Amino acid sequence: MDLLNQITQFVISGLATGAIYALIGLSFAIIFNSTGIINFAQGEFVMLGGVMTIFALNVLKLPLLAAVVAAVLGTTAVGLAFERLAIRPLKNATPLSLIIITIGASILIRGVVMLLWGKDTQVLPPFSGNTPLEIAGATLLPQHLWIFGVTILVIVASRLFFHHTISGKAMRACSFNRKAANLVGISVGRMVLLSFVISSALGSLAGVIIAPLTMTAYDVGVMLGLKGFCAAIMGGMGSGLGTVLGGIILGTLESLGAGLISSGYKDAIAFLILLLILFLRPQGLFKKGETERV
Amino acid sequence: MKKCLWLCCVILLCVAGPACAAGPIKIGALFAVTGPAAFLGEPEKNTLELLVKEVNAKGGIKGSKIELVSYDTGGDVTKAVQLANKLIKNDRVVAIIGPSTTGETMAVIPIAEKEQVPLISCAAGIKITEPVKRWVFKTPANDHVAAEKILIQAQKRKQKNIALLTVSDSFGASGREQLKQMAGKRGFKIVADEVYSPKDNDMTPQLYKIKAAKPDAIICWGTNPGPALITRNAQQLGLKIPVYQSHGVASKKFIELAGAEASEGTTLPAGKLAVHHLLKKTDPQAKLLREYADAYKKAYGVEASTFGGYAYDGFQLVAGALKKGATTPAQIRDGIEKNGKMVGISGVFTITQADHNGLDLSAFEMVRIQKGDWALLP
Repeated sequence: MDLLNQITQFVISGLATGAIYALIGLSFAIIFNSTGIINFAQGEFVMLGGVMTIFALNVLKLPLLAAVVAAVLGTTAVGLAFERLAIRPLKNATPLSLIIITIGASILIRGVVMLLWGKDTQVLPPFSGNTPLEIAGATLLPQHLWIFGVTILVIVASRLFFHHTISGKAMRACSFNRKAANLVGISVGRMVLLSFVISSALGSLAGVIIAPLTMTAYDVGVMLGLKGFCAAIMGGMGSGLGTVLGGIILGTLESLGAGLISSGYKDAIAFLILLLILFLRPQGLFKKGETERV
Repeated sequence: MKKCLWLCCVILLCVAGPACAAGPIKIGALFAVTGPAAFLGEPEKNTLELLVKEVNAKGGIKGSKIELVSYDTGGDVTKAVQLANKLIKNDRVVAIIGPSTTGETMAVIPIAEKEQVPLISCAAGIKITEPVKRWVFKTPANDHVAAEKILIQAQKRKQKNIALLTVSDSFGASGREQLKQMAGKRGFKIVADEVYSPKDNDMTPQLYKIKAAKPDAIICWGTNPGPALITRNAQQLGLKIPVYQSHGVASKKFIELAGAEASEGTTLPAGKLAVHHLLKKTDPQAKLLREYADAYKKAYGVEASTFGGYAYDGFQLVAGALKKGATTPAQIRDGIEKNGKMVGISGVFTITQADHNGLDLSAFEMVRIQKGDWALLP
């Protein structure tokens, strides 16, 4: 067993977790850009995706694809309700109080899921079998390919959406300057709602595709949410390639760190990176510094 | 003035209460029914409620009904301490069963010792009863008993080089320490020593490292879902190294999560409850285990768990002392110590002055997972 094989294996498993972090990071960034708040209930959307798929599959007896669609729609409905009931009514609240509201929402969602579906870890069957594939001396599961595929698809789709559709452009306009966007006739409120819809759908999708690998429970959202947040910070809270790269770098470093240095420090590595970036490049790894004009 | 009088009456009643022989006997329970340790606390509380109902339906113990005062600690140490005080000072219980976790128990011990109320912990940490504390007992077997069972099995299979993969919480840390200590004594060589955190979702890096160290066996120590994930990751990597798991995953849930195919051949020490249907008829615990499992399933509609068994044994210890005529906390404490041999769910207890746990190696059976079910190893 040579070192090269080992490293390939670490990188592959790192890329898979990194892709998930990237998706969650993107969903953080989308809400941040349209509202200026960090939605700490984001991890809960991820958890809802997995848990609802299992529910639809086992209890409602839907086929896998329908269950996934149902779970994503269900989570989106939760995201929508969250924005309508908890964010919108507070028109003039400061970002800080809104952030605290999202923390409250995350605790609420976790609690409700625990009561509805129990505290046990549940498992979602893999989408296409469990036979490991061998690539360049490393092994990966068909589920890894699903993760890579879905992530790439989502990234391409979001790029197209934000750069080539009216709604996408309007959302970006809001993120640059809400007042100006409002003045040119963009309904900021609608864009905020749309950002919650897209972000909860994205988050739940991440939860669905990772559930067959890692299993899921009512409390998996906390850690995944934090890691996704790291990814978004690394990308400077942009909804573009920066966050995606941030997620992938984070996942790969974690896995390499666990494999080559010490597995005990895996989470420490992630948060050390977060701290370093906050100290050295608070604007994100790939963003030029912005100057604020007064 | 009237209020004052009324208050005096209440106080008098409270003081006079325990003196009346016919009054109910109050037993306190502290379990983590919610929160991260809820998987422990819930079956424990359910079991106690079931037992108390059963005993009271039969007319109580020596003519006195049992009254259970049960509080939820949420797995929180501070809350556990407050509630223990409340149980002793307000509810005036004669004994406390619980708490569910080692951390909470260690925090509650000083109170039990100071107020002189027997505490029968349902947590497994070895620190609870070693060194022996006058008022503190515990019903789960020590972790090192399970560790020893695994190592004896590995010795039988002539495995020399072992790899450890433990979870980085108190359960895993304790297991890791015990395994390392005993492995040294028994002549094993630890070629890899990896840890993972309870919320990790990919353990392939650790397993790959272990694979490179070429051990004869891997001993994994953790509670679900980690070990199930490790089993799946091992299958992904095509690891052919035999895997031992701890008693922490000795439930059908583990096989369900890891998948029958991936968990095939995994060996672990299991509390006898998990395998009660496989036990020989001559096993002293067989009948009791079957009865408990059936009663629990009938009352709550789910399978009984080993954890509920901890509370079961705790209650039986107290009940045993009460049956012999103990009424005060001090008499109950002495009664438990002099109880002699007691067949329980976790094993056969022989609690003495020097051993406040009283379980030996027979508390666990070594089992192997075969086709998605347990199979006893000789």
